Amino acid sequence: MKQSSLFQALGAVIKRDLLLAYRQRAELINPLAFFVMVITLFPLALGAEIALLKRIAPAIIWVAALLASLMSIDNLFRADYDDGSLELMVMTPHPLSVLVLAKVTAHWLVSSVPLLFIAPLMGLMLHMDSDVIGVLLLTLLLGMPVLSLIGGIAVALTLGLRKGGALLAILVLPLYVPILIFAGGAVDAAMSGLPISGHTSMMCAILFLAITLTPLPTAAALKMSLS
Amino acid sequence: MFMRFIYKFSSPPYFYAISGKLLPWLSALFFVLLAYGLYGGLVIAPADYQQGDSFRIIYVHVPAAWMSMFIYVVMAVSGGIGLVWRIKLAEIVSIGSASVGASFTFLALVTGSLWGKPMWGAWWVWDARLTSELVLLFLYLGVIGLYNGIEDKRTASRAVAILALVGVVNIPIIHYSVEWWNTLHQGATVTKLDKPSIHIDMLIPLLVMAGVFKIYYFIVLLLRSRNELLERESNGKWIDELLEKVN
Repeated sequence: MKQSSLFQALGAVIKRDLLLAYRQRAELINPLAFFVMVITLFPLALGAEIALLKRIAPAIIWVAALLASLMSIDNLFRADYDDGSLELMVMTPHPLSVLVLAKVTAHWLVSSVPLLFIAPLMGLMLHMDSDVIGVLLLTLLLGMPVLSLIGGIAVALTLGLRKGGALLAILVLPLYVPILIFAGGAVDAAMSGLPISGHTSMMCAILFLAITLTPLPTAAALKMSLS
Repeated sequence: MFMRFIYKFSSPPYFYAISGKLLPWLSALFFVLLAYGLYGGLVIAPADYQQGDSFRIIYVHVPAAWMSMFIYVVMAVSGGIGLVWRIKLAEIVSIGSASVGASFTFLALVTGSLWGKPMWGAWWVWDARLTSELVLLFLYLGVIGLYNGIEDKRTASRAVAILALVGVVNIPIIHYSVEWWNTLHQGATVTKLDKPSIHIDMLIPLLVMAGVFKIYYFIVLLLRSRNELLERESNGKWIDELLEKVN
């Protein structure tokens, strides 16, 4: 039998996950609807004062995106764990960390990228300026993959548990702090007309660090959950 | 030679015996130093020229804050050792540290806010250090929650070790991002305690108290590890022999 190369394996996993997501497209709406609804709650609770909403809109959108990511990340390995295909992935000759990276990439494409299209709309509803919306999108683009990558570790750790949901949030949210801070900082700087490159460079650095490092503990945790 | 010592020390019966002999001595040392540290801190040390007597909470607050970070590192390192060499004792030390560390973190937060009220005029300010200490508490809670969530204790120890290692990589990132966040947003509005070089009569009790806290941690860790060992090894032959000796 011919051995597939590492990149072929990577592509195959991404393709398979995208196909699976497409076959169950009704589920793709859930994180989006959740994202929109959480954002809607804030004006209802705070009152519709435009200046106030404009000031806190980026924070609202970011926190909502973070919660939406947390909600959808739980499905990252769940189905594969239940039907046993995860065990087959562990048994392939390819390093599990690379396959993990592929699965996280597919998850990001399916659950986070659609948010990028809705977020500007939400920004407009909260009276954000258009150039600030651009910066917000940039931070979401750089930050959301990190959320998925870090979330993957916690999902892998809690995979075998019956009551993993609440625990997942406790494990993941403290690790989300830096990305939230830099994203908020970048948007804040943009709102006051300051350069944002410091914050975005840090976000890029965190993104590359996360791409390099997080698949390793995720793979270790998956093996532990399967043993 | 060194590895042989490690293997010998980490065998449960040997550890149980030697820790039993160590405990009374450690406790005695703990009480003596605690008495000295408290006396030095509460009586001998002069009142601060700015903060008066309320600075004396430093003798609990600062050692607790130091311990909160120290214990997290101990937890991660021993967890890593347990992960690599599968040493049972390292796993036990790792998880035994978690709740002690969480308690110290909580203590540091509580004493910090008690101190903050008269000094800053508020129970809580979003100061960089306070915030990163709070995040540290969350990290501890995650570790404890994960350990309790997994039924098989050896698997749980490995899961906790992975999480602690991830946390230890993240702590510097969190710490510096929080620091940067704070300086960006609030600038000089938060009154930072500008510490003049500390008086020697104030410093010595502080260092003693730091030592006292370390010894306390060590005592609690030994007690917890002994309990955990007995529980996990309850079918072991050495425990039967131990029971025979007691009866």
